[in-house]
Amino acid sequence: MDAIKTWLGRSGLASIAILAVLLLVVFPLAMDTFRLNLVGKYLTYGFVAIGLVMLWGYGGVLSLGQGVFFGLGGYAMAMFLKLEASDPESTKIQSTPGIPDFMDWNQLTELPLWWEPFNSFGFTLFAVVAVPVLLAFIISYAMFKRRVGGVYFAIITQAVALILTVLIIGQQGYTGGVNGMTDLKTLMGWDIRTDEAKTLLYFLTAALLLGAILLCRWIQLSKLGTLLLAMRDKEDRVRFSGYDVSMFKVFAFCLAAALSAIGGAMFTLQVGFMSPSFVGIVPSIEMVIFAAVGGRMSLVGAVYGALLVNFGKTYFSETFPDLWLFLMAALFIGVVMAFPNGLAGLYESHVKPWLARRKQAPAPGGTGGEPPSASAAPAAPTVPHTTTSAAVPTAGIGAKVSSQSA
Amino acid sequence: MSFDEIYNIALMQGFAGLSLFAVLLLMGLGLAIIFGQMGVINMAHGEFMTIGAYTIFLLSSLTESYAPGLIQAYFPFAIVCAFLVAFAFGWLAEWALIRHLYKRPLDTLLATWGLSLGMQQAFRTIIGPKEVSPTLPDWLMGSWSPAEGLDIPINGMFVLGLTIVVTGGVLLALYKSRWGLRVRATVANRSMANAIGINTTRTDRVTFAIGCGIAGVAGAAFTTIGSTGPTSGSLYIVDAFLVVTFGGAASLWGTVVSAFGIAQTQSISEFFLSGSMAKVLTLLLIVTILMLRPQGLFASKVRR
Repeated sequence: MDAIKTWLGRSGLASIAILAVLLLVVFPLAMDTFRLNLVGKYLTYGFVAIGLVMLWGYGGVLSLGQGVFFGLGGYAMAMFLKLEASDPESTKIQSTPGIPDFMDWNQLTELPLWWEPFNSFGFTLFAVVAVPVLLAFIISYAMFKRRVGGVYFAIITQAVALILTVLIIGQQGYTGGVNGMTDLKTLMGWDIRTDEAKTLLYFLTAALLLGAILLCRWIQLSKLGTLLLAMRDKEDRVRFSGYDVSMFKVFAFCLAAALSAIGGAMFTLQVGFMSPSFVGIVPSIEMVIFAAVGGRMSLVGAVYGALLVNFGKTYFSETFPDLWLFLMAALFIGVVMAFPNGLAGLYESHVKPWLARRKQAPAPGGTGGEPPSASAAPAAPTVPHTTTSAAVPTAGIGAKVSSQSA
Repeated sequence: MSFDEIYNIALMQGFAGLSLFAVLLLMGLGLAIIFGQMGVINMAHGEFMTIGAYTIFLLSSLTESYAPGLIQAYFPFAIVCAFLVAFAFGWLAEWALIRHLYKRPLDTLLATWGLSLGMQQAFRTIIGPKEVSPTLPDWLMGSWSPAEGLDIPINGMFVLGLTIVVTGGVLLALYKSRWGLRVRATVANRSMANAIGINTTRTDRVTFAIGCGIAGVAGAAFTTIGSTGPTSGSLYIVDAFLVVTFGGAASLWGTVVSAFGIAQTQSISEFFLSGSMAKVLTLLLIVTILMLRPQGLFASKVRR
């Protein structure tokens, strides 16, 4: 029994289960379709946020270009939906029927060659993940092999975000320009705008997100996760131990890119359009704050962060539009200055000890209620600040190694 | 088309590149000090430029309503004010925010991004969401035509001149003054600089403030070219970072050369391609070169 409890505590499955109940049972019961669709939209940012937990929290690499991958995934899906929505029947008023409307407006008379493969759903699903991962691989391989990291990597990813935005806006005939791809109607003949479709897509998103969290948690608990952490704290030592540090970073970056891209594709499906406003620098940095608010070390926390910040954004920008940016500014500064481990960090340092104290109160003077898991599992200390495993100074992160909950 | 016309077009095109060079260099200079020398990623750099631009606007409105006779002469004075105001705000930002984060560069990035959001909203609340332009003195208007069919805008020449003065000043200050010596010592080896009696905390604060002040001057110069809105600064920030990174972060000469290279690439490709494609091409070129040569054009010999 104790072994199971220890394992549960160590793997953080309990908190993932709570999140699963919340997403799959509580939200669908408590909300109407409109709000559920909104939550589904926020959850797609959750994909980006957990990708950033793996990349930034664990790998120590900050990317300011996650919007690029979110956008690429979203655009790949949007291209398929757009082609399906522009069959010759429904576009017969155009001068060239059968091509997307924005191409017609820009005097294109036939479908560009690189659009053709997106007629196939199988290829689209492949491209949603493969294109962003390929780009991520090229960028990160070139950078990390030359041992470029930290700040410079962040600036380069930001430049990539700018390039892609300018490119999408500039090539209006091929991409739909500033408006993006709108009027997406059906997926393989299935109308994605109905309430049932939206509910189903919500469940699909939530299930995929939970699956992604489990995958990431598994990676974190594996040797790879340990290596990522070690690399973040003392890169040289890992390198001197004989590991190819750069390839681990490349892996983390590609993983984060793939997750963002899946999020982007689900975003397109649920919202029904994709535009460059989800690609650029500003949305990319906002995605970082989702992970930072939730806790850069915590997968579940990152999802809560994405939900919370987006709820806040929707609520405040509707009711007090002037206040929202100030609040966002305070969030950025506060999360850096006051609580660098985000909500998950606050939980670790305040709620958990309080819970432990309450638990221990009936049986004072002993750890009877608690199994000897503290020694077996340094990942879930009953009392924080023991810092058993945090002897290594964490360069630039300010996070304790010991405070890694799921 | 006669030879003269082609010659004139080439000259004007070359000058367009030079204007862009001046703009990029002015943006990059402040950042070259803050990011290149101190290693602080100041995402709010663009907002300090906006502060400078708004200072000019404010002074021009004040001059117009209280001393209309001085409208021809206020501009140089206003530029100095722009420097001082941005300097003061930079000092404040360093004291309140940056000094706590020197050891966490990536966190500085997030915090200063927050700062920039807050400043943008503050501009919007205090000054208003509309774009504003100051009343410029007459001598900044019009163009200079030394020959038939050749028009060189005076405001472009003014910005170029100002850039040369500021760049010269910064180079001189960094390599010939006591402050520059202290900055370079702190950059090279912080603890050793501390040990020999340099007040590195104070040096950091002054350096950051001077970088912000230069951003203010850049903003002031930009009012002669375009109007200023709450988000004007954020348009420049990535370009500014790329200029500094491309040049080699710790090298001021690198910043100068990279600004020149980027400006010429962009203005020449703009001649053949559409504006957005020229931008894409230039950025792609920079990113590719940075991937192959991550230390930038002029690698520093500084050990960090």
